[in-house]
Amino acid sequence: MSAFDFLLQGLATASDPMLLFYALIGVTLGTAVGVLPGIGPALTVALLLPVTYRLDPAGSLIMFAGIYYGGMYGGSTTSILLNTPGESASIITALEGNKMARKGRGGPALATAAIGSFVAGLIATLLLAFLAPHVVKLALVFGPREYFALMVLAFVTVSSAFGDSTLRGLTSLFLGFGLACVGIDQLTGQARMSFGVPDLLDGIEVTTLAVAMFAVGEALAIAALGNTGEDKVHAVKGSVWMNRSDWSRSWKPWLRGTFIGFPIGAMPAGGAEIGTFLSYATEKKLTKHPEEFGHGAIEGVAGPEAANNASAAGTLVPLLTLGLPTTATAAIMLAGFQQFGLQPGPLLFATNPELVWGLIASLLIANAMLLVLNLPMIGLWVKLLTIPKPWLYAGILLFATLGTIGANPSTFELGMLLVFGLVGYGMRVFGYPIAPIVVGLILSPMAEQQLRRALSISQGDWTVLLTSPIAAVMLGIAALALIVPLVMRMRGRGAVLSQLAGDED
Amino acid sequence: MSLKQYEIQRRPDWAALIIAAGLAVFGAVILWDSARLADLGGYSGVGPGTVPRVVGIGLILLAVWTVAAALRGDFPERPRQQPAPVLWIIAGLAGQLILLKIAGFSIATGVLFALTARAFGKRNLTLTLPVGIAISFVVWIVFSQLLMLNLPAGPLEHLFFGGAR
Repeated sequence: MSAFDFLLQGLATASDPMLLFYALIGVTLGTAVGVLPGIGPALTVALLLPVTYRLDPAGSLIMFAGIYYGGMYGGSTTSILLNTPGESASIITALEGNKMARKGRGGPALATAAIGSFVAGLIATLLLAFLAPHVVKLALVFGPREYFALMVLAFVTVSSAFGDSTLRGLTSLFLGFGLACVGIDQLTGQARMSFGVPDLLDGIEVTTLAVAMFAVGEALAIAALGNTGEDKVHAVKGSVWMNRSDWSRSWKPWLRGTFIGFPIGAMPAGGAEIGTFLSYATEKKLTKHPEEFGHGAIEGVAGPEAANNASAAGTLVPLLTLGLPTTATAAIMLAGFQQFGLQPGPLLFATNPELVWGLIASLLIANAMLLVLNLPMIGLWVKLLTIPKPWLYAGILLFATLGTIGANPSTFELGMLLVFGLVGYGMRVFGYPIAPIVVGLILSPMAEQQLRRALSISQGDWTVLLTSPIAAVMLGIAALALIVPLVMRMRGRGAVLSQLAGDED
Repeated sequence: MSLKQYEIQRRPDWAALIIAAGLAVFGAVILWDSARLADLGGYSGVGPGTVPRVVGIGLILLAVWTVAAALRGDFPERPRQQPAPVLWIIAGLAGQLILLKIAGFSIATGVLFALTARAFGKRNLTLTLPVGIAISFVVWIVFSQLLMLNLPAGPLEHLFFGGAR
């Protein structure tokens, strides 16, 4: 069967009324939480994970996909109307979008963001569907050493290739590695780093760490800045519809943004923000209205917003086909799979095709739902922006602890939430990126397993890692991705890299 | 550049040195723990202690690097931190942790809610505490009764839902 047949089958699975209902709940919750200032997709997904605990795997993952896409849509609303991007990938949108809102053109800005997100989501999800079977075929020839090399590459790109400091990226990554050592060793069953505490035998939950880092750490960091005055929400004046010139200026950036964003998301190369920066730079160069850039150019909203959503879909390529999370959001989604004992990867396409294709198809459905949900009902979402900070953060912490208690109602787990929250606060204050610690925690046990398998096969011969051409090339790229930015920063060229930095997803 | 500025830049960054010490301690604990693991390497020679050992050494090397960065003043400027709101939130989380088993989800989380709101400037606890408990109670009903999540019940929950655990 071709990818097209599988996709049709998936659509049939996903149009089950109950699953449609789950998708609808997912996109609604995702948009609502994503709109809230200070909450990006990673936190949205982590906060809403407990909602799905008691559902069946298909329903839960479909709801999850809706939350992911919904969070991306919601983030753009925040950045356009409030100028506080809810996620790092929306920073660029805030640049032009907020200027448009100030000029009273908030409606068209929201519309071009929503329609652009829809177009990009549609094309990128289709690309995902057609690309996935090929990557799966490729992944089938991967042995443990190739997987290990791929994970090393992901570690390097997530932690140190971008951002403003190799040291802080690597430190965050190694903290994740250290936390991942806690628990029972998967191959020999020995307890590591548990110090006789039974609660530690199961290891540290990715969701606990993510919620602590993103929700508690963020709340502490914002509170520590003191009262900086209220942010101004720009009311949406006039029509939300775009006029003829808006359309003609938007459609090309949408398409360009999609084709810039998707490959960047699909490569193990870190977050969605890189795509949005590239798209913005491209639009600025190609525009017929260069004078409007910096003062609310619609192309500057349309392109990056499309790139943002396309790379969100692109991230799902390595996640679904290889089980490789390249962003914090993807790491939490992986934790969502694992709670049902599912391991994304080539095997999942063989053993559970209905689930995988149902999930991909439901992304298409969620995308369409989001367009309907966002354009006519924008006024409702805007109201969420006016929640005062005390209530907002009190609510965020309520739900953050709810998730932790719901997963494991023990005081020990809450204690870990508090401790990691303080670590997350410290990391924010000192400029440590958050994504590497989360990715390190979830990915390093897998990397360790693959490494030990590879070395078991070779009977302890480490050179085996370099004798596979695929593994050798990937390790070589990983080494370059580590060394080149280091040299660039030492020569004072680090500014370019820190511009591409993102801390959230 | 004046001499004074120069001195400020050369001053070692104490906070960063503390981070380095923390990293070194974490690395040392991992190394200490991995040392007592029996090496069941089998054919590969890589046992359960190998990767922790690499991670532990890595953390110690990063600690050394952090010291170097701290002495050079490589850490970015930090905005002024206000301790009071941070302590309120910590108190809220600690309060919830202590009260959870005794007073149940709603009251414990209501305390967290009120103290967090306090940290962000809503000082009137006679307002925020009841609001927090009420919201938490609604959340408890939705999540424990409808979504079947296991949330600890206390006196308040038992009052309305007698059979609740």
